[in-house]
Amino acid sequence: MKITIDGKKVEAKRWDTVLTAARRAGIAIPSLCQLDSLENVGACRLCMVEVNHPHWRGAKLVTACEYPVESGLEVITTSEEVLRLRRANLDLLLARAPESRRLQQMSAEMGLEQSGYVRPDKGTACILCMLCTRVCEKLGCNAIAPAGRGLDKRIDTPFGGYPDTCIGCGACAAICPVDCIEMTDTAKTRTIWGRTFEFVKCAECGTPVITVEYRDYAIAHRSLPADYYNECSDCKRRKLAVKFAKVGG
Amino acid sequence: MRISTIEQLDEQRRRFAALEQEIPWQVKVCSGSGCIAAGAAAVHDAFVKEMAAAGISASTSFEQCGGGTSLVAKTGCQGLCQAGPLVTVQPGGIVYTRVRTKDVPLIVTETLQKGVVLESLLYRNPNTGEPCRTREDIPFYVHQKFVALEGCGIVAADSLGHYLARGGFRALVHALAMDPIAIIDEVEKSGLRGKGGGGFPTGRKWRTCVNADGDERFIVCNGDEGDPGAFMDCALMEGDPFRIIEGMMIGGRAIGAKRGFIYVRHEYPRAVQRLQSAIDQCVDAGLLGTDILCSGFDFQLRIVRGGGAFVCGESSALMRSIEGFPGEPRSKYIRSTEKGLFNQPTVLNNVETFASIPAVIRDGAYAFASVGTGRSKGTKAFCLAGRVNHTGLVEVPMGMTLREVIFGIGGGVPNGRRFKAVQTGGPSGGCLGEAHLDLRVDFDELSAAGSMMGSGGMIVMDDYSCMVDVSRYFLKFLMGESCGKCVPCREGLFQLFEIVDGIARGNGTRKDLERIEKLGHAIALSSLCGLGKSGPNPVLSAIANFREEFEAHIVGRKCPAGVCRELTTFQIDPHRCTGCMKCRRVCPVNAISGEKKKPHHIDTALCTRCGACRLECDDEAIAVV
Ligand SMILES: Cc1cc2nc3c(=O)[nH]c(=O)nc-3n(C[C@H](O)[C@H](O)[C@H](O)COP(=O)(O)O)c2cc1C
Ligand code: SF4
Ligand code: FES
Repeated sequence: MKITIDGKKVEAKRWDTVLTAARRAGIAIPSLCQLDSLENVGACRLCMVEVNHPHWRGAKLVTACEYPVESGLEVITTSEEVLRLRRANLDLLLARAPESRRLQQMSAEMGLEQSGYVRPDKGTACILCMLCTRVCEKLGCNAIAPAGRGLDKRIDTPFGGYPDTCIGCGACAAICPVDCIEMTDTAKTRTIWGRTFEFVKCAECGTPVITVEYRDYAIAHRSLPADYYNECSDCKRRKLAVKFAKVGG
Repeated sequence: MRISTIEQLDEQRRRFAALEQEIPWQVKVCSGSGCIAAGAAAVHDAFVKEMAAAGISASTSFEQCGGGTSLVAKTGCQGLCQAGPLVTVQPGGIVYTRVRTKDVPLIVTETLQKGVVLESLLYRNPNTGEPCRTREDIPFYVHQKFVALEGCGIVAADSLGHYLARGGFRALVHALAMDPIAIIDEVEKSGLRGKGGGGFPTGRKWRTCVNADGDERFIVCNGDEGDPGAFMDCALMEGDPFRIIEGMMIGGRAIGAKRGFIYVRHEYPRAVQRLQSAIDQCVDAGLLGTDILCSGFDFQLRIVRGGGAFVCGESSALMRSIEGFPGEPRSKYIRSTEKGLFNQPTVLNNVETFASIPAVIRDGAYAFASVGTGRSKGTKAFCLAGRVNHTGLVEVPMGMTLREVIFGIGGGVPNGRRFKAVQTGGPSGGCLGEAHLDLRVDFDELSAAGSMMGSGGMIVMDDYSCMVDVSRYFLKFLMGESCGKCVPCREGLFQLFEIVDGIARGNGTRKDLERIEKLGHAIALSSLCGLGKSGPNPVLSAIANFREEFEAHIVGRKCPAGVCRELTTFQIDPHRCTGCMKCRRVCPVNAISGEKKKPHHIDTALCTRCGACRLECDDEAIAVV
């Protein structure tokens, strides 16, 4: 089907959101809480756009990451109002997490210097984009989830206790746009969500490969060979290269 | 009692109507929340005891009455909560107010045995001092129009028999004889709009649901009622549960739903219990279940108890909650009439909306639409609260002015104080001032003025209320009730609160009002659900209508109403003070000194600005400087 984005005719697929259709057409819309492989939540409200349709009575302001396309849809991504709303929400986020490089960068792009608001003294820098809980859920672990509401809302382990189902994969910490998930790695262990995991060490060079729990989980759920994680990826590659060299030689 | 056919239903209706005629006395003790709090349960028990002692045969169950046995019933809210506990005695319709257990023996011996009306317990017209015997004499009632609340406070809330005697399920019989689409046409023609807040046309909602594809359709009743101070839905669920069931059944028939859910907050245990008892009685009688009245219509109802979060009243959050997930809203770019509960087409309506349905079907769309304004038909229930003489539950025809509601029904502002503002629409509604008193109760008129109909809270404020403080209060409430999912609502309402709190504490700057307006609009336009979208309403409307008061806080560093503690100084006007000592006695920190019959003095260093003295002073001698 055809839709129009900022006056440009764009081809869209049936289950596209405005954001996916725009990206495919090379039109940038800022987004923070959206990731293609995860379910959309519409939390950050940075992807606001204006949509209209010849059959409608007037335009609507919607989140591009959630709004489903329909034939004939007209999208405006840069109206005065849209930019103002995005900036207002970014401003609120920046007050919460002023140290975030990602937010600073977005602010620079949107012409926002520093937040005009006070920094809330309740809660951490967490902006509750829910990326961490959604990747954790996607992995099948469900070790963390949102708890509480309003300003008390936070990401936590079940009842703030020991995260039984956590495998120490660190995906949450890696995906966090404001780096507020604490994860400490030493040569032997990884500590995250109040739990310490032992690393599996590379049989060749001894560097940490993956946590024991992660290894067991991955082998069990992805039907990998039992020795899959015995060596680090570098050593595996090296061994493979040696093997190839022998065959070739 | 088993009712399998329409003939049997008619027969039972005749039987119970005849039975009601035979009841010598019906003593109806209001068991709404207000009267219960004032001791109605004990009054009810006292009637049972005293009537037995006086040798009057009486029963608490309608079905067991008649043939010389009187009824002592618990009813839903009778409206005039302020004068509770209320007791209505039939025949005669005598309304007794502020009935204590000690009054009960006298009512039994005088009224029930001798037929004498006890004047001391009657309501008195505040203007004329005249005692009023019946509802028809009490100004509070005469200007009202009861449609949804028709039976509330009149029927014995726990009795299917009494509901039938009063014409119950007649509308259902009508509906079963109609083509489902004709039911929807009728509802659409009646102009009925949802009473849960949005005012969406009910007929149109039902029609989109019918037109959507799905394996099954659901009908859901929203009894979450999260607005602080509002209890219309509670009153209906407690006071006329069968009517809600009948409304939902008609809806179920119209859209082809076989299952319905009633979502009730768990803080309403009495509503849950009465609804459950009503559902059980209907199931026992065969009015719920399969092949109802031999019409081929199957319908089941289930109550789901909510955790009592305000946001769970929002449609998508409510459905998540019924499905067993945390009650968080989601974007409704696909409507719940298309993909709602369990991803199936779903109709969600408010309690009062369902309670209006039997009237629409029974009396017809035209009769229903004969009341109201151009685009707001019928009536709306409100909870009148705050600084008005008659607080309580009211139902008014659409189109009545706010002035008529507040001064006509509500009897105006007590203690001769001046009306200042009225907040309609619940915590996310707006504050309207004197200039808006002639606005009509109408969805569109209230919205255009920056407030809204909402679900029906109506809080009246006098000149001892500060609009900055009121805005701060509502922001604090909403901030705490925000689900926290989306940024503008969670972070934005907090920042709005900070700015307003700063103004109330005397730290406001001239730029603040503009900042509030800008941020408020951004929150309203970019929030995910209705909570965030309407959250800035109270403060935005307060600034629009009471700008000078905000400016007085910012520029003059004064709270003219004497509420914001940091900006208030109380002083006693020596010319007005009569030295009555009342204020001295009431001051919790002993900041007031002075001798009898001589002007008193407030020590501002000790004074905590609680305002207790000012409320106590009859001479208006305590001034805010
Ligand atoms: C934050 C929020 C709270 C709400 N609370 C209630 C409520 O307590 N009761 C209610 O009936 N509707 C409530 N609503 C409105 C519902 O979402 C919905 O519009 C309504 O139940 C539909 O019924 P109606 O068309 O009969 O009004 C609320 C909406 C929002 C956004
Ligand atoms: S507007 Fe508020 S209540 Fe609604 S989804 Fe956003 S945070 Fe939750
Ligand atoms: S990317 Fe759309 S709301 Fe966050």
